[in-house]
Amino acid sequence: MLDIQKARIVHDWTYERPLLAARIDPQGQFVITSGENGLLQKFSIPAGEVQVFPQVHQSWIQGLAIDPAGKIAVSGGGDGKIVWWDLSSSPPAVIRTVDAHQGWVRTLAISPDGRLLASGGYDAKVHLFELGSGQLIRTWTDHAMNVYAVRFFPDNRRLATGDLKGVIAIRDCESDQPPVSLDGAPLHSFNEGQKVNFGGVRCLAIDPQMQYLAAGGLHKSSNPLGAVHEPLALQFSIADQKLLHSHVAEGIPGGGLWNLHYLPDGHLLGVSGGSTGGFLLFWKLGQDLTVHKFQLPALARDMDVTTNGQLVVTSHHDRHVRITTLA
Amino acid sequence: MKRVNYACGSADHTIARRRFLGGALLGSGALMCGLQQKMRAAETPAERPLKKILLFNMHGGLSQLESWDPKPGTETGGPFRAIPTSVPGIHISELLPHTAQQMHHLCLLRGVNTSEDDHGKGAYLMLTGRRQSPAAAYPEIGAVAAKNLLPPTSSLPGHIRIVPGGGGGRGNDAAYLGPKYSSIALGNGNPPQYTTRPEQVDEAAEKRRHSFRRQTDASFLNRHRSAMTDAFVNSYEQAEQLMLKRDVFDVEKEAPADHDRYGRNDIGRHCLLARRLLAHDVPFVQVTHSNYDTHNENFDFHHELVPQFDRPFATLIADLSTLGLLDDTLVVVLSEFGRTPNINLYMGRDHWSRAWSVLVGGAGVARGAVYGATNEQGTEVVDGQVDHGQLFHTYLQAVGVDSTASIDVDGRQLPLADPAAEPIWKILS
Repeated sequence: MLDIQKARIVHDWTYERPLLAARIDPQGQFVITSGENGLLQKFSIPAGEVQVFPQVHQSWIQGLAIDPAGKIAVSGGGDGKIVWWDLSSSPPAVIRTVDAHQGWVRTLAISPDGRLLASGGYDAKVHLFELGSGQLIRTWTDHAMNVYAVRFFPDNRRLATGDLKGVIAIRDCESDQPPVSLDGAPLHSFNEGQKVNFGGVRCLAIDPQMQYLAAGGLHKSSNPLGAVHEPLALQFSIADQKLLHSHVAEGIPGGGLWNLHYLPDGHLLGVSGGSTGGFLLFWKLGQDLTVHKFQLPALARDMDVTTNGQLVVTSHHDRHVRITTLA
Repeated sequence: MKRVNYACGSADHTIARRRFLGGALLGSGALMCGLQQKMRAAETPAERPLKKILLFNMHGGLSQLESWDPKPGTETGGPFRAIPTSVPGIHISELLPHTAQQMHHLCLLRGVNTSEDDHGKGAYLMLTGRRQSPAAAYPEIGAVAAKNLLPPTSSLPGHIRIVPGGGGGRGNDAAYLGPKYSSIALGNGNPPQYTTRPEQVDEAAEKRRHSFRRQTDASFLNRHRSAMTDAFVNSYEQAEQLMLKRDVFDVEKEAPADHDRYGRNDIGRHCLLARRLLAHDVPFVQVTHSNYDTHNENFDFHHELVPQFDRPFATLIADLSTLGLLDDTLVVVLSEFGRTPNINLYMGRDHWSRAWSVLVGGAGVARGAVYGATNEQGTEVVDGQVDHGQLFHTYLQAVGVDSTASIDVDGRQLPLADPAAEPIWKILS
């Protein structure tokens, strides 16, 4: 049974550098993080023993995914490469490396059945690969700007993607049909004074019953270059693409949502990081405001959840990886 | 004296180095100035090509680590890689692939230390060569360039700023040089404001109006002439000339193929306009690219902004070289300061003036060279440290202006540049 009111940190480990991405094995056996040195680290649960992956990427790693069986990890770097890792080796060994994107690989996702891998990059492309062979199946080029988020539907057939402009697309992985679009524009801004695009769809989540899609990021960005913005999650009805809720986080004037997940009990969980600190934020369908906030010790940069929703991993600028239990 | 780090021993650079060393062996700045003055004297004014300055102001504070002084693989390096350039041994950020191919025209100054982390004060000292003081106001480099480089017969203004966004008008940046040399801003690259004749005023009427104005001016000036009245008269004369030469400021007159090469966006258009103005002998053009004040998500914003700058800037450098203008045009790329080597919790970089970079090129500056260096983490200058005062002197010397000279302002001798500083002779050929 999940009880979000009982959220508490049960593991807290450190690495030598500030951390970026974090993913947890769906069964909760280990965590993989990436650091501001282009390296991946695997922490065992509960001991916290750390294995550092060999250096392959020549840049930071922001795209990270673990297959449902916990056997393969995939990383995407600022060098445009996607690397498949064999997690049964110690330390993990490279299975293959693919030059996938021109510029950063920002986001990766593996389908729930472990058959497909999707990647999104700063070349505004979305690639679909066969996870087992690494074969490229198709490429979508309809996004106009950086692709920040990709997430598979539980049916293993549809893929949601989101970009810097706030465009959200639902794609059929098995056909060339045009995508279904959702309007995530409230997550994007162009600051005329600073001449920069900001925000975008930083994360996506789809509920297990495939009724709802949530897109997270930030809004009220009066000063993008100065980190002045607030977290925002848009919740849509998938059937008719209507916006149902604009979930905000009262009392957090400085933050953005860096990842979102639907928990098995129906709560929408987001992780926020910004000048107000780091928070796990919980929302329920039917109300815009949070139903619970759990403050983390430091600004968080990424978050992932086990299949049963009991363990939440967060990566932090203060070099810590933390595991919070919701059970 | 600091070393110029020529990265290769190719014949071209060997010659350049010898030429440079020959200059350095002359020893003192006074001797170098004398040589340059002799070289100028050998040409008649009609033969002498007009020297110009093209200055890029990377507003907000371009990160040196994401541009001219990358430190990949270090704690401060960030995610971007370094790439080779057209000069073997010189590497710059992967965000500048087009500029990298023009590096043989350019000179990196990697040891800039200005010790000023405030935007306004940093911009002031980088553009005037002096620290801001309540006791005095100093003219910006554009005004000094206009004063010294604009031929008396020119009917065009000498000090143009191409700025993002709308607006325009005159700047308040000439200090004691007077409003004749203050900047005219071209908002978003549009021609100067109020330079079209109102429809209800036909050409003949316009001529009569100007004739009447001149008569009344002459009558008044016979009795009350002063520097102030001259400035007013000049502003009207300049406005009339601007109206006659409005096409010079119309970038749409450039070929569509050139618009394509420069990129059909703001900074592409602004760079093409800069080329047009320089080709029409405007002696100082400043282009502003904004905004690099990336305390938050530094890498995403530099990923967005630097490539916008890279292609049109590199195209402009290549064109200036092809057109034969680069030998007489000093190119400067500066900011008010650089950004911290430390990466903050928002993946941003803050203000950092102790160790950053300025790019120069063309005119009398050494080509394909690096001067100065920072340590492994980019936190301190370890070789070839220079400051705003030295840079200001260097800009002027590079276009043949004796930066140690003074000008007479109402009977007072005011030095063109800070007399406590001197040019970076090592990079002047």
